Amino acid sequence: MASGVLVIGEATADGQLHPVTGELIGAGVRLGDPVTVAVLGSGIDGLGEKAGAFGANKVILVDDPILADGLGDAIVPAAERVAKEVDPAVILIGQTMMGREIAPRLAQRLGTAVAMDCVGLDKQGDKLVAERPCFGGNARARYTINGTPQIATVRVKALEAPEPGASSAEIVKQAAGVDASAVRTKLVNRRKEQAEGIRLEDAKSVVGGGRGVGGPEGFQSLEELAGILNGAVGASRAVCDLGWYPVAAQIGLTGKVVTPDLYIAVGISGASQHMAGISSVKNIAAVNKDPDASIFKASRWAVVSDWKEFLPAFIEEVKKVRAA
Amino acid sequence: MPHIICLVKQVPDPETPASQFKVDEAAKKVIPAPGVQPTPSQFDTIGVEAALRIKDKSPDTTITILSLGPDSFRDSIKHSLAMGADEGVHINDPAVNEADQWVTAEVLAAAVQKLAPYDLVIAGRQSTDWDMGVVGSTIAEILGVPVATLAKDVQLDGGQVTVERVLLDGFETVQAPTPAVVTVSNELGEPRYPQLRQIMMAAKKEVKNWTLADLGISTPAARLNLEALFIPDTSVETEVIEGETAQEKAQKLVQRLQEAKLI
Repeated sequence: MASGVLVIGEATADGQLHPVTGELIGAGVRLGDPVTVAVLGSGIDGLGEKAGAFGANKVILVDDPILADGLGDAIVPAAERVAKEVDPAVILIGQTMMGREIAPRLAQRLGTAVAMDCVGLDKQGDKLVAERPCFGGNARARYTINGTPQIATVRVKALEAPEPGASSAEIVKQAAGVDASAVRTKLVNRRKEQAEGIRLEDAKSVVGGGRGVGGPEGFQSLEELAGILNGAVGASRAVCDLGWYPVAAQIGLTGKVVTPDLYIAVGISGASQHMAGISSVKNIAAVNKDPDASIFKASRWAVVSDWKEFLPAFIEEVKKVRAA
Repeated sequence: MPHIICLVKQVPDPETPASQFKVDEAAKKVIPAPGVQPTPSQFDTIGVEAALRIKDKSPDTTITILSLGPDSFRDSIKHSLAMGADEGVHINDPAVNEADQWVTAEVLAAAVQKLAPYDLVIAGRQSTDWDMGVVGSTIAEILGVPVATLAKDVQLDGGQVTVERVLLDGFETVQAPTPAVVTVSNELGEPRYPQLRQIMMAAKKEVKNWTLADLGISTPAARLNLEALFIPDTSVETEVIEGETAQEKAQKLVQRLQEAKLI
């Protein structure tokens, strides 16, 4: 009979254990079942102890060059094979690029379903109860799944990772067992858009600009602030539609979901479209000259001011603190 | 003659202000905001745009709009036809009109097979109501064809699809043999808006109505149970940062952020 939790772990581009893997192991431990982690990647030797340190009972390192390109056609059958070997009651996957790619396909291959982008997990009897935002973060839905295993992907940083301790996990290494002919989609090339800077999804601080910034030149000030905070700049859809800032930085329902520790909203009104992208950010500081801007309702700190006056003063104050 | 099938659904307008967004917790349904018209799901019209860009280059391309839902979904099919698609298929069957994503994928996959031969199925990366992002990939698995997700550019050429995909820190190009499924992201660009003449022409285009009986399938079993739907308590205690000058406000906010160990 299917039992326990299988976490599908992953490595970052620079070969570290992805932080979400620790968060998923913590979630598995809290569900009260033995946790097996399968880390899928290429050249991931050494990540076994790191995964074990978060409290997993067993780590399966699926280390195989066929996984190097990160293609779904290779990762899906590799994950499917592990899932059939481990036969878990629950599978947890990060809501990362990899998770978005593989979770629905894995669910279909295993004849079950997945609740995507969950922010809360609970158990009622044998049933996983998965809570997730929907309708652009305006609503929350709770799901149970008919079928085994019950699969959920979990939003990065939505759950807390345990403090790493000494690993007592059994570590097993194996190949993916995927035939090259299964990989129908081929990688032609891959290129980075920006060599410098911190990725929006990884940044601990994000400075977001809206239509109130008034034009593309205003974003230089936002970039200066983000630079000092070691963070990244994001933008609302209106800004990207107007061509003031690259669409790659768009935050919102039809853009990216970000989870920084601090979000500084500059000239952002707080439309539903944008709020969908920051719905799990706890610390929002908003600057807007309109005291009735709806962004203030979701903000911990509200600064009613013209950003053109406030931001230069704020940048100077942050610099002083940083220098001290 | 390339054949592209675009999946389109109708959603409550996601631009509805949060203050007007209401749910019926007992029925586990969204209560439509008064005076706010439903719209085609945003990523789906971007998918139609991707298909039309292929048709712009190869005018012999046929684009079929495929939709599963109640009567009102016809508006989204008509909108897509007015954008320039050729024909519509509306699966309208009370047995599945409120189905979960896996049932939806099963039914749509059966419809795609009935519409074969096809070169591409194009879907949005996710719907803008339930935001799950699973239907496109699941259809590919059911059909046993390759899938490329999060496309910002789609080129169809001689039995092969070339897709530029959006990554966290850049882009990648992948190629797959057709038939294939592609899901599109917002980076593909703005969908074209129908002109009056196109809207009038679309009225004459055929929309077939199908039920499960026409597809020769029975109702697939539900896999996902919606146990609760509610509006989360997102209210936070807001402190208004007071000050005579911008500098005073800046000093105070920096102090608060330091206290919270955020800078």
